[in-house]
Amino acid sequence: MKIIILGAGQVGSSLAHNLASEANDVTLVDMNRRLLADLQDRLDLRTVFGNATHPPVLMQAGADDADMIIAVTNSDEANMIACQVAYTLFHTPTKIARVRAVEYLSYPQLFSPDAMPVDVLISPEQLVTQYVKRLIEHPGALQVLDFAGGKVRMVAVRAYYGGPLVGQELRTLADHMPGDHARVAAIFRRGKAIIPEGNTVIEAGDEVFFVAARKNIRAVMGELRRLDKPVKRIILAGGGNIGKRLAQALETRYQVKIIERTPERARNISEDLRKTIVLLGDAADEELLREENIENTDVFCALTNDDEANILSGMLAKRLGARMVMSLINRPAYVDLVQGSEDIDIAISPQQATIGTLLAHVRRGDVVMVHSLRRGAAEAIEAVAHGSPESSKVVGRAIADIPLPKGANIGCIVRGDEVLMAHHDTVIQAEDHVVLFLVDKRKIREVERLFQVGVTFL
Amino acid sequence: MNLDAVVRILGVLLMVFSLTMLPPIAVSLLYEDGTTMPFLAAFAVTLGTGIVLFLPVRNRRGELRTRDGFLIVVLFWTVLGVTGALPLLLSEAPKMRLVDAMFESMSGLTTTGATVLTGLDELPESILYYRQQLQWLGGMGIIVLAVAILPMLGIGGMQLYRAEMPGPVKDAKLTPRIAETAKALWYIYMALTITCAGAYWLAGMTLFDAIGHSFSTVAIGGFSTHDASIGYFNSPLIEMIAVTFMVLAGINFAVHFVVWRRRNPAQYLEDPEVRLFFGILITVCVVVIFTLWQSSYYGSLGETLHHAIFQAVSIGTTAGFTTTSFSQWPGYLPVLLLFTSFIGACAASTGGGIKVIRFMLLFKQGNREIMRLIHPSAQMPVKVGNRAVGERVIDAVWGFFATYIALFTLMMLALMATGLDQVTAFSAVAACINNLGPGLGDVAAHYGEIGATAKWILMLAMLLGRLEVFTLLVLFTPAFWRR
Repeated sequence: MKIIILGAGQVGSSLAHNLASEANDVTLVDMNRRLLADLQDRLDLRTVFGNATHPPVLMQAGADDADMIIAVTNSDEANMIACQVAYTLFHTPTKIARVRAVEYLSYPQLFSPDAMPVDVLISPEQLVTQYVKRLIEHPGALQVLDFAGGKVRMVAVRAYYGGPLVGQELRTLADHMPGDHARVAAIFRRGKAIIPEGNTVIEAGDEVFFVAARKNIRAVMGELRRLDKPVKRIILAGGGNIGKRLAQALETRYQVKIIERTPERARNISEDLRKTIVLLGDAADEELLREENIENTDVFCALTNDDEANILSGMLAKRLGARMVMSLINRPAYVDLVQGSEDIDIAISPQQATIGTLLAHVRRGDVVMVHSLRRGAAEAIEAVAHGSPESSKVVGRAIADIPLPKGANIGCIVRGDEVLMAHHDTVIQAEDHVVLFLVDKRKIREVERLFQVGVTFL
Repeated sequence: MNLDAVVRILGVLLMVFSLTMLPPIAVSLLYEDGTTMPFLAAFAVTLGTGIVLFLPVRNRRGELRTRDGFLIVVLFWTVLGVTGALPLLLSEAPKMRLVDAMFESMSGLTTTGATVLTGLDELPESILYYRQQLQWLGGMGIIVLAVAILPMLGIGGMQLYRAEMPGPVKDAKLTPRIAETAKALWYIYMALTITCAGAYWLAGMTLFDAIGHSFSTVAIGGFSTHDASIGYFNSPLIEMIAVTFMVLAGINFAVHFVVWRRRNPAQYLEDPEVRLFFGILITVCVVVIFTLWQSSYYGSLGETLHHAIFQAVSIGTTAGFTTTSFSQWPGYLPVLLLFTSFIGACAASTGGGIKVIRFMLLFKQGNREIMRLIHPSAQMPVKVGNRAVGERVIDAVWGFFATYIALFTLMMLALMATGLDQVTAFSAVAACINNLGPGLGDVAAHYGEIGATAKWILMLAMLLGRLEVFTLLVLFTPAFWRR
């Protein structure tokens, strides 16, 4: 695929990194020469210097035969104009723009082909907000991923002693929980993937990925660890866009406090938030945290744009007694560093939350949703099966007969409104949404091929 | 200070006001009550004074400044108070002294509704009509004053309605121009009056009473054409009509405007001030009903209900109509009602008192202080609806409240110094500064028995309450007059 990425900021460059490693022709456009030179040295891609909205620059970047344009400069307006230019002058098939301002996002009719031709809007803040919100709804989960519009969720949990299923073979799950509720998609033990079989034994410390219908998630988690009490009190550190949106999303159901350092911003968000208590101060101020009862806080969430501050304030909060600590971390190296530590329970990586949405459009075959996992090494995919038994390699076949590559595993199938857990003998029908787990992303081509409709069908 | 322009406006004002003597003349001729002469004389004097003021400066059009606004507003009420007293002073029946005529006129124009007259039922119709009309004119003046002028002057937190109109009303002003705004408000006021009069008439009042009472109801005044006030009609239906229109007139007229423009009555409940206003009235009603019923003051439940609701709304909105002598009610009820009148009606309504919005801000500010003790570093803006209220507004409201209470105390002490007992002094000042009307003790029914000095003090109280205290006080500062 020929892809043009406009803007080499955090999202742009990590996107370029991900896409270039998947054998796409990536061209990166930016106004910062140093940044471009640096990326060109490290990654296998082309760079073009210039204003991303100017047609000659886009032409130079190869817009006339590009398959996709991804506008992620830091200006909403520039992103939208770039899509407009690409549509009008170059007829680029897929146009993706990052638009942050809720003021635009709340009018979807703006983005129709005859107005502002943007095919896909991504708003990283919104994605991260939803990501964190899901984690708070399921305390104890390391990751919560939505599929099929939220009907199915994939949840990652660390197994602990005390969970009824820990130390047992997987097949006993059915005895613990009558009914067909969940399927374990993958297990990671000490960083290595294990493909779950009926006789696989779950050990304490395993990171277990399972899929289940939304309402059953809590019950399944209870099998793997002692259930955490539902969250009531939340402290958010950092009142930026993410902090404010998260507070808005949470304040009706939880007691939310938000710590913001700059007086002006604190004042602004306190005017917009209804029930949240806005505290003016430093998130790493021990006195302030104690005063605000950190030891009885269920979730402490560090969301400033400073990785180090997020890590340190998160560690401090944990030491002072916060039950669960999450930190927003941009640098991939820090994510690894923190993920294994005792102090910070969950490292939230905005890139990983954002990239899945984009990957779904890069994938061949009808892929609706991609979640990038474990720093991009693994992937969870929701793909739609099309065609007939003659033209498709999946439709009309039982799951056991589908030639899945090693390390791929079908978790469940969504047929209309119905959620079916995958069994060996489940037969896939046309238009089913299939949720797969891919332990090794390098196998993605084979999976894509499975879901592409054969030539005979055309 | 642009004195010429101020005098010119005053001249125009008096000439226009002189025209309001004409309807009573018509009433007098219609009923042949023989009181035509005082009105004719008053008409001539007022018109003459207006012309004398106007002619020398008729071409001096000058830009008016905010500061001139204070002077004009105060002169408006004082000068009209004086000229409004003329017909009462000149008439043979009733024969009134200067202080009494002034008191009655001021009470009318400020929509207080405190009266020095007794034996209303025997008075000439034209005088009765004139009193009602004074209140109606006063009410109209207040609406324009409160919606269009006070926000510009920024008095006592009312700049809230200038820049940061809370709730459904987001425009700084209803219409871009004051004149247009005034016209729109006048239509609403007229519509309310006509509907009210029609309702009264259909409910069994005579046309004269219906029009008269609709004037004083919509103005939240409280003057009646009968000594027994609304109680004279002895009709729960009329009482409930009065309750409805007192509540309507107690709502911010800007909200009426929005409801009318959007054709959507649900807007009333969107406004936080109106919601609180309803909440207060309902709570007081419930408490009064419960207490009256508990002490078996009235025989039947029905009687308890309609008296309780009527009195609670009448005093709560600062109208001051009575159906029964509530001052005789048991226990804490009379004082409770009097305190309710301190909260009063919504801002930019015809009602008096501190105003619901200020009360709401005071309460929220108090609440915020408590929350600040628990979370010392918290940023907590005071919000009305979902909008934060500026610190400047909160300061202004506190200043207003403090001054209001201080003036109340001083005037109450002054009244006691004239020889009134404590209950009378307290209730008289409360009833006048809140533009309520009836008090307790010696002033429960009328103000005829108290001394002349006390009456002058109470007139000042009415004016202070009506002009939101600061408008009047600012004229007493040397800084105001310095060039």
